[in-house]
Amino acid sequence: MNARLAVQRLGFLLLGLAALVVVVPILVVVAGIVVRGIGAVSWEFLSAMPRAGMKEGGILPAIVGTLLLTLGTAVVAVPVGVGGAVYLSEYARDTAFTRAIRLAMVNLAGIPSIVYGLFGLGMFVLFLRFGTSILAGSLTLAIMTLPVVISTTEEALRAVPTEFRTVSASLGGTRWQGIRKVVLPQALPGIITGVILGLLRAAGETAPILFTVAAFYLPRLPHSPLDQTMALPYHLYVISTQVPGMPAEVQNGTAFVLLALVLLLNFVAAWIRSHFRRRRPW
Amino acid sequence: MSKISVREVRYSYAGAPGPALAGVSLDLPERAISVLFGPAGGGKSTLLRLINRLNDLVEGTSRSGQVLLDGEDIYAPGVDVTALRRRVGMVFALPLPLPGTIRENVVYGPRLAGLRDRGRLEEITERSLRQGALWEEVKDRLDASAFSLSGGQQQRLCIARSLSLEPEVLLLDEPTSGLDPISTAKVEESLFTLKQSYTIVIVPHSVQQAARIADRAAFLLAGELVEVGDQVFTSPRDKRTEDYITGRFG
Amino acid sequence: MSGGASPAGVAPRASRSGSRPRWSEFAVESLIRVLGFSTVGFVVLIFAFLLREGLPVFFKLPAAALLGELWYPTFGSFGSLPLILGSALVTLLAVLIALPLGVATAVFVREVAPRWAREILKPLIEVLAGIPSVVLGFFGMTTVAPLVRQWLGAPTGLTVFTGALVLAYMSLPTIISVAEDALDAVPRSYRDAGLAMGATHWQTTWRVVVPAGRSGVIIAGMLGMGRAIGETMAVMMVTGNAARLPIDPAALFRPVRTMTATIAAEMGEVARGSLHYHALFGIGIVLFVLTFLINLAAARAIFRRRRKGGLR
Repeated sequence: MNARLAVQRLGFLLLGLAALVVVVPILVVVAGIVVRGIGAVSWEFLSAMPRAGMKEGGILPAIVGTLLLTLGTAVVAVPVGVGGAVYLSEYARDTAFTRAIRLAMVNLAGIPSIVYGLFGLGMFVLFLRFGTSILAGSLTLAIMTLPVVISTTEEALRAVPTEFRTVSASLGGTRWQGIRKVVLPQALPGIITGVILGLLRAAGETAPILFTVAAFYLPRLPHSPLDQTMALPYHLYVISTQVPGMPAEVQNGTAFVLLALVLLLNFVAAWIRSHFRRRRPW
Repeated sequence: MSKISVREVRYSYAGAPGPALAGVSLDLPERAISVLFGPAGGGKSTLLRLINRLNDLVEGTSRSGQVLLDGEDIYAPGVDVTALRRRVGMVFALPLPLPGTIRENVVYGPRLAGLRDRGRLEEITERSLRQGALWEEVKDRLDASAFSLSGGQQQRLCIARSLSLEPEVLLLDEPTSGLDPISTAKVEESLFTLKQSYTIVIVPHSVQQAARIADRAAFLLAGELVEVGDQVFTSPRDKRTEDYITGRFG
Repeated sequence: MSGGASPAGVAPRASRSGSRPRWSEFAVESLIRVLGFSTVGFVVLIFAFLLREGLPVFFKLPAAALLGELWYPTFGSFGSLPLILGSALVTLLAVLIALPLGVATAVFVREVAPRWAREILKPLIEVLAGIPSVVLGFFGMTTVAPLVRQWLGAPTGLTVFTGALVLAYMSLPTIISVAEDALDAVPRSYRDAGLAMGATHWQTTWRVVVPAGRSGVIIAGMLGMGRAIGETMAVMMVTGNAARLPIDPAALFRPVRTMTATIAAEMGEVARGSLHYHALFGIGIVLFVLTFLINLAAARAIFRRRRKGGLR
């Protein structure tokens, strides 16, 4: 009897150890970047244009660029993604074609980000002649974000009890009316959470924007969707690997700003999710 | 002409071993309470949902026969299903308020149909809640959440919600099965009043309830219509009916 | 109280809502249908464009040249073996590290951990999933690589091992999430039966629950591998980017280059339409096909498991 309990204790200990090995480095990474980077971040750093080949001044264009790209991604990915999810959840029947759609989704989700970059280059920059531009970058990021938006939206839609749809139908509502008036509003918090999670991933991606939009040293803000722009992830990559003599402060500061942005969005999404789950009437 | 006529209806669900309804025919009179009763699995709810075509939402079923409303087959091609469901309303076994206020619940149907006039909607709200015997209890808090009501009140709200469309027929599928005896009594009482204006078809949750309220009763056993009539509880014709009513099986 | 049910009261409303909403309902439904099909369209589009820019290299160079041992584009040598092996080695090592860690963590979170521990672990894993790969690469480059250099004697610390380590952490959220799903799918009755027979919690977990979720573990491994193969930035920043063949044991602590890093590093300086350009797209096609197959296998396995009710 004692032996069994001892084995159990050992087993649980090992499992706990594994969890620790997984989780502690996460804290170390976040803490490391915060501690090293926060010192470099001043108002000037956040709001000024870069000077002297990036070694002085601020990273405002990169911040603005990332925000614009994220916005552009949202503008395309949200309608297409939510629409697609509504189709899969509310209209589609279990046919070969529906299964093909799901297979396509799984594949889109698994395509390497650099391959998205190649695709963006081939289709948006070259074929459609958008050139390296916010437009090309946003469209590329949007297609990459699509699977996340679709799957989280679908999950949110399915979580809404079927009974609501039945009741709406029994009161003379068409399928779309039921979706519009009952299902979508109830699924909205889940949808928003999923969209934010997808967007934060898009904001942090480098590979898709390498050939489609990113510029390194562009000390002015973009004027139009056809402009190139700086972006935080690409910026961090270049200043940490391609520029000799870049002060560590600038690198750490940039890393901190990017991480802070992503973590902030993460936190907002998690808050929305838990807040609205508590207030659900069902 | 009966309000509702069911003619030789056969109905099966996908993958089920036998038919849910095996050739059922009956007539249900206007402005009266008809009950469909019998043991579980007999096909009562299925039959009920055929009358407002709610079973259209289920995939993979097969059906033959006719269901006539005022003499016209509701399954004829080209029939407007949403309009049908405004003429034939339904109340379900569990109280199912929609997310929203009491008022929003009551006027959900008319608003779907395109009615926007505030005045009319207010009228409809009051009328429906009175018909559902709920007006006195909620008239001062129409903007409260529908989920703040008790179970019995919620169910009466659902009845009021169905009535807001002024349907001709009201279908009720075990509407009092989740309710306490007082709420049940209130619901049954309102049904007596409603039958003066509406045709009511109800699947009761007990034989006793059926006997209390039925003008016409149909006994369904394993998809088959055993007997239907106006004297079923006082003088059943079929032995199986008598056995079920007296509790020898069920 | 007006008690009159009036068919006349219904009719005017019915006619108002007769055919007009029907038309807009149809338009909305068609739009939604099109959006639903869009994913298929995008996959086809992506593959088409990859082919468009990448196929020429397969026509201009024989297979032997493409699978050669020397990747030196400036001299016209496009042997991709070092890149393929580089990707393979880093990926396999990463999955080797991450799979046991991830499954153990999933078992811990789902079966063993007290409530408060779960509330801390789950958000942290979500944070990991959100950390941009360039940030992890930056951290790996500035912190992990020097440690590897110090403790393991590698010249620069930018090695296969460093890359595998970073990659393992990036794959953990995927693996943990799939493993958790697999454990969830094991019916409660299994656990209850085990405990009812007098087994300890550990024995039940280890001998009953985990084997029942075995296929889930395999799927987790597959998807983790797919994730790892496709990773670009973090790997690029910590593996040293030297396109050499990693076939000796010491290669573990030497630099290497993956397929993904090659594309990222070289595409910027390549002339459009040149052989090098096409070759890079060709690598992209290989990556696309590889991840397609891995995800197809995983999806099939998931579908099969769902159909069998999670009993294996």
